Amino acid sequence: MLEVKDLASRYGRIEVLHDVSLKVEPGKILALIGANGAGKTTLLKAISGVQPISTGTITLDGKPLNKVQASERVKRGLAQVPEGRQVFGGMSIEDNLLLGGWTSSATNVQADLQFAYETFPVLFEKKDLLAGSLSGGQQQMLAICRALMSRPSVILMDEPSMGLSPLLIDQVFAAIELLKKKGLAIVLVEQNASVALSIADDASVMETGRIVLRGTGKELQQDQRVKELYLGHA
Amino acid sequence: MLSDLVQYAASGVTVGAIYALIALGFTLIYNSTHVANFAQGDFAMLGAMTTVFVAAAGVPVVAAGILGILAAACAGLLLYRAAISFAKNSSVLGLIVLTIGAAIFLKGVAQIVFDKRFHSLPAWFGTEPIKVLDATIQPQSFVVLAGAAVIVFALVVFTKKTLIGKGILAISQNQLAATLVGINVTTIVTLAFVISAAIGGTAGILATPITLTSYDAGTLLSLKGFAAAMLGGMGSPMGAVIGGLVLGLVEAFGGGLISSAYKDAFAFLAILVVLALRPQGLVGSFVRERV
Repeated sequence: MLEVKDLASRYGRIEVLHDVSLKVEPGKILALIGANGAGKTTLLKAISGVQPISTGTITLDGKPLNKVQASERVKRGLAQVPEGRQVFGGMSIEDNLLLGGWTSSATNVQADLQFAYETFPVLFEKKDLLAGSLSGGQQQMLAICRALMSRPSVILMDEPSMGLSPLLIDQVFAAIELLKKKGLAIVLVEQNASVALSIADDASVMETGRIVLRGTGKELQQDQRVKELYLGHA
Repeated sequence: MLSDLVQYAASGVTVGAIYALIALGFTLIYNSTHVANFAQGDFAMLGAMTTVFVAAAGVPVVAAGILGILAAACAGLLLYRAAISFAKNSSVLGLIVLTIGAAIFLKGVAQIVFDKRFHSLPAWFGTEPIKVLDATIQPQSFVVLAGAAVIVFALVVFTKKTLIGKGILAISQNQLAATLVGINVTTIVTLAFVISAAIGGTAGILATPITLTSYDAGTLLSLKGFAAAMLGGMGSPMGAVIGGLVLGLVEAFGGGLISSAYKDAFAFLAILVVLALRPQGLVGSFVRERV
């Protein structure tokens, strides 16, 4: 279980996250929606440890993460699918996946590699090609699989539908629901609010670095303000 | 005439192998940090000078050589941990200037700790030249070539086949993504510096029986190694090897057939020509990003 309490973070002198708190339990999806620049990506980066925090606490399964290095957080079970996929474009697909298993034992890596190839056969077909040669959707699948190679208990996903065709978006979200069934705790950041809310158990709306509204996914789908601002209809 | 050509080829390949090793050091550090480390030649000098002085103190040459390589590796470790890692947020250009500073520092330290004279090491298999097609080749040339081949092979296996080697490559491509898969970037980059410095030190020791060494031998080695790496294509280990060999051969043939006074100029001229025609280097390739 991931829990964030009263978190603040700054870029230089400018505070960009204020008093952010959230909680996500195993087998649940928490959707974070909000406009560009609302602080969603910064929040995920702060949780994964690549963005420093100024106050507040982050705990994973009850253990504080504040002083734990980003790379060590992966070992503790926290994985992130970064915005823009960020695959290792000049390396093969298989190497990308193997690197995803950096913190795992060799036997786990082999099993997880098998699982990734079975779930997304296209990755197996192209396993020796450079990741940079994949289409956007395939790169997204690869980025998700790479994050799963570390056997996380919590996964942070930043805009997994960005730049994808509607058909691919369906595939990606089907994959996310599969992860939920496997018992992962998922934090899902999305511009595509309607799809995100439809699969989310809980949801929060971010505006200018704060969480301004929370509820279940269903509640927020019905919320008048959310409808107007983020779902594009009154 | 034929014997002359064989002679030039032999000395070109030998010197080229040394350049290739220095260029490999450049490649390894460039791949993990995008920094061209101009202290690379000084690692070679440090390895060679340490070996010379420890051997002169009565230690067997092999043990002295191991100490020399360790000294170079320590210098690599310190360069990263005591200097570069503190300036991590500087521009790449700033970091390159930092390595130039480190090179001058190493030269100064060597001048004080050792001395300002030229030194040599005994050739491993004597100095009785071997006759090949009327050309005379130093036995040490074969030692240099064999040593370089072993190092190149080991490095290729390390980067292509081991996870840690792939980690170095991953860091060079995307540091954020590397961190997010759990790679401790500082540890792996430190490792790249240590390996790179150790390779440099080994190159210096291998070359010393042929080329001699002195406190300031590193500067020209750095320049030649950098040129070789650029010639082959910065970032490609295979390019470093090919670039080094081509550079050595151009020097040897240019010096032998035209004028040895311009030996160094031929090498740099060759680079200008190659980079004008093929900016990515002989074997380098442009990586195209797909959006």
